[in-house]
Amino acid sequence: MKARKFPTLRLLVHVCGALPLVLILFAALTGQLSFNPIQDIEQRLGRAALYFLVASLAVTPLMTLTGWRALQPRRRALGLYAFLYASLHFITFAVVDYGFDLQEIGRLILEKPFILVGLLAGSMLLPLAITSFDHFMRKMGKRWKSLHRLAYAAGLLVILHYAWAKKGNLFTLSGDIVKPLLWGLLVVLLLVLRLPAVRKWVSGLRQKIAGSVRTLRQGKRSK
Amino acid sequence: MENKLKHVAIPSAEITPKSLYLSRRDWLKMAGIVSAASLLAACLPQAVGTGEPTASQGSGPSDELGGAANTFEEITNYNNYYEFTTDKQGVAPLSAQFRSTPWAVEVGGLVHKPGTYTLEDLLQFEQVERVYRMRCVEAWSMVIPWTGFELNKLLKEVEPMTSAKYVRFVTLIDEEQMPGQRFPTFPWPYTEGLRLDEAMQRLTIIATGLYGESLPNPNGAPLRLVVPWKYGFKSIKAIIKIELTEEQPETMWNTIAPNEYGFYSNVNPQVDHPRWSQRTERRIGELSRRDTLMFNGYEAEVASLYSGMDLSINY
Repeated sequence: MKARKFPTLRLLVHVCGALPLVLILFAALTGQLSFNPIQDIEQRLGRAALYFLVASLAVTPLMTLTGWRALQPRRRALGLYAFLYASLHFITFAVVDYGFDLQEIGRLILEKPFILVGLLAGSMLLPLAITSFDHFMRKMGKRWKSLHRLAYAAGLLVILHYAWAKKGNLFTLSGDIVKPLLWGLLVVLLLVLRLPAVRKWVSGLRQKIAGSVRTLRQGKRSK
Repeated sequence: MENKLKHVAIPSAEITPKSLYLSRRDWLKMAGIVSAASLLAACLPQAVGTGEPTASQGSGPSDELGGAANTFEEITNYNNYYEFTTDKQGVAPLSAQFRSTPWAVEVGGLVHKPGTYTLEDLLQFEQVERVYRMRCVEAWSMVIPWTGFELNKLLKEVEPMTSAKYVRFVTLIDEEQMPGQRFPTFPWPYTEGLRLDEAMQRLTIIATGLYGESLPNPNGAPLRLVVPWKYGFKSIKAIIKIELTEEQPETMWNTIAPNEYGFYSNVNPQVDHPRWSQRTERRIGELSRRDTLMFNGYEAEVASLYSGMDLSINY
């Protein structure tokens, strides 16, 4: 198995996966959360979800760019961490922030498009998390792949959610918009790199220089 | 009117001793741990709302509704001040070196006696102490013991012309000291505006101090506007220019997103905002939310300014 070939990479993914939670606990214990601690935790969790979703979306394009196949088996864990942090983000919003006041939460979801969009993105990750086991992957065959394309939509919706939650205007590009815009461009880039034509062109380009890269790599390994 | 205002002001002797507000800080730390822990412990709903702040014991300053003032540390370390950064915790360190002396404010426009006032000149106006609620449009709030002077005192001195209908305020522009002003997605400088009668209202003050000390940098040193019945962003900081105009002035947030930040921006739980629900707010230092009050609780004092106006149109 490739997983055994790269235990370091596997470990790295899990260390990164635990890091946001560890950092939040550390900040809470050392008094470094903001004076609005619930909102601080909520936003940290939301950002963590974004990072892992983008990381999972980056796996295929990175393989296209580098040909590094060992990344492939790490994608599931990255996606599951995205789901974990998205869930914790929502739980913090619904339970800690709004005290599980279902009526108020329902009103908020209907009234505030950015909350609806965030919830939609999070809900898309749920079936993906459930069907992430090998069992489903085998059983669903081609349908698995189509289902998991939902991650692309989730990626775009999450950017919208993020941009909308900040005090800026996405359409006129004014206000506090720089960070969401950069993340948005990254997601779009990662999606564009998936288009068959682009992918073909990129891997063709890579193979052109692959010869020299391979020689270099083999040279290093034989040492 | 006199009586209503009396309970807004506080004698300086009531200002919270440092030891007291430091103990609130410890409580806050605990709150952070509790909420982080409750989050990890599968988030029981009971974990919410159990923590009432210990500061409602009444030894520090409080507003006329009995809300204890937030601590000096809270007020100076959780700030929206985009001239420095969009990170509320980042404002305090980034503004630490800000030079607020010497300072002068140009007062002009449609007035008979325009002039430039130094900070020292402005401190000659009768100084008052006011414990006001500050309600941010982002649905959090604080109670803040300001010192300052009523804006109407200054405006009367410069004698507005009869054509003057509005007051426009401008913040200092200084990219070197205020790194946030390098972000080109904001139409710097920060500008705000009030209708002249709003500016003349006795609750409207120019704050020059906080907890009896001169105004700290994160709060808009050396002087800022405080209009307690409006969302916090109306209370513009580090003012260098006050101008009386006939036309309603453009304001920064209104320019960025007119559908979100109206010219009036009165605190109003009934007028919804596309981003944040304005029905409730979190008082900094508390775990559960509280209901937002009409005009931030100053309805008796200011509602008459808007009689006959549809507040859902003039938001």
